[in-house]
Amino acid sequence: MTINQLTVFVENGPGRLLEITETLGKASIDLRALSIADTAEFGIARIITSDHAKAVALLREAGFAVSTTPVLAVGLDDEPGALVKTLRILADAKINIEYLYAFITRRERQAYVVLRVEDNDAAALALRQGGVSVVGVEEIDKAD
Amino acid sequence: MNYFQPEMECASREAMRALQSERLRGIVRHAYDNVPFYRESMGKKGLTPDDIQTIDDLPKLPFLVKDDLREAYPYGLLAVPRADVVRIQSTSGTTGKRVVAFYTQQDLDRWEDCCARAIVAAGGSKEDVVHVSYGYGLFTGGPGLNGGSHKLGSMTLPMSSGSTDRQIQFMCDLGSTILCCTPSYAAYLAESIVASGLRDKIALKAGIFGAEAWSEEMRRDIENTLGIKAYDIYGLTELSGPGVSFECAEQTGMHINEDCFVAEIIDPETGEVLPEGSKGELVFTAIAKYAFPMLRYRTRDICVLHRQPCSCGRTLLKMEKLMGRTDDMLIIRGVNVFPSQIETVLLQEGYSPNYQIIVDRVHHTDTFEVRVELTPEMVADTVKEISKREDALIAAMRSMLGISPKITLVAHRSIARSEGKAVRVVDKRKI
Repeated sequence: MTINQLTVFVENGPGRLLEITETLGKASIDLRALSIADTAEFGIARIITSDHAKAVALLREAGFAVSTTPVLAVGLDDEPGALVKTLRILADAKINIEYLYAFITRRERQAYVVLRVEDNDAAALALRQGGVSVVGVEEIDKAD
Repeated sequence: MNYFQPEMECASREAMRALQSERLRGIVRHAYDNVPFYRESMGKKGLTPDDIQTIDDLPKLPFLVKDDLREAYPYGLLAVPRADVVRIQSTSGTTGKRVVAFYTQQDLDRWEDCCARAIVAAGGSKEDVVHVSYGYGLFTGGPGLNGGSHKLGSMTLPMSSGSTDRQIQFMCDLGSTILCCTPSYAAYLAESIVASGLRDKIALKAGIFGAEAWSEEMRRDIENTLGIKAYDIYGLTELSGPGVSFECAEQTGMHINEDCFVAEIIDPETGEVLPEGSKGELVFTAIAKYAFPMLRYRTRDICVLHRQPCSCGRTLLKMEKLMGRTDDMLIIRGVNVFPSQIETVLLQEGYSPNYQIIVDRVHHTDTFEVRVELTPEMVADTVKEISKREDALIAAMRSMLGISPKITLVAHRSIARSEGKAVRVVDKRKI
């Protein structure tokens, strides 16, 4: 069970990120989570939105290089140490994490972590077996 | 005033014309008899070697262009038995675009004579220590000046390019007096020498710098930084290599070694020969090399020739600094780069052919950037993946061009698509 992440290639330069968020904002698409990887020359924006398909179409139309990356979302209690269990399960299963980023929601004491691993199925299985909830897009939408 | 071969360098015009005509007759006969290509191309114009008696008959001959050489790769234009070939040199580029030049022992001797003349014109003698920092190998720069220095009997340091610290150490320890390299490397060496505080430890008095375009300003800069005289030298692999022409102390253009190369200036559009002093495309006929004859080879270099008397005493025709090209070839750090080669690599690697080449000169060194659009399919979500792509593209470019560009990945469709002719090359160098 994965959720779709928008992956947008962003050249370094003033206003590039603004353009992305404006394009999405005008279409009333919510940003659930956003993380940026940057190098000296370019950045990669990774975005979870409320309407993935529409966001892809709009950004493509606006001339952005956009792709879809399936990632795992894990629900956590928003309290100290909550992430430890997840990371330990993945480490024990020898699953390498490429990157992760977290977001909290308006729902009390609930946080989500977006995980990018090489093998989503293996990671999801290991996490479930370890008692960690891997959530689908419906739950994230509900959490809003 | 010293000359390496005064009988050639200071010959009267009449004597030189007679020699040129005699050599031209010989080389045309040789090419016609031994290379089907020349027999056919002359045949198409209804010519036989008997039609070429003096250099005034030269315009009758058909032109030779670089594509002819590429099509003839590898042995198509070879005019002597393979057993008589003792050396090859080659231009950079892919196999298909490469030009391989062949030399008999006599061809090499004459090439080296031409380079020796350049060293003497720069004030060199057998007492000098000639420091050759041109690349060695297939590139003609190193072997050419190395050979010329041998001919002259100078102590020759076959340094090749790179390892700047070692270059400077040898320069100091062995007392190099004449430096031979590209002007951009000379400028870089000069800066490094000053930066390491060794300016007073070097014995350099002159430099012979070629294989790329450089400005008068850059010349003065190198001269002042190193306290030397900097001389230009011109050549191309097809015509042996460096030493087709060279500068003398007057520094007002390069003397063409006319006993080996007959120069013409033509209108690049019509092919018509233009009178002396006109600006046009430089065409050379190599009259003294036999393995790889070049009859009326179009260099694509734009230039002016003049025959005013020179204070150095040489009577050899002079060519001014190159004023550009009739094709889109770029010379970057001494390497010939055609935009079409870059396009080929991009298409091979799955990129859009919408790209931009940006060339600049920073601290006298050429910078070479290729802006490339990422297609949506190429957008990876990790820096690692995108960097891997970038590295693969740099490696592919390097193998095609012989030098590595800096690759800048940009979003797809972000490079302006102009109406009509696309601006593929932005050359910011002020030469």
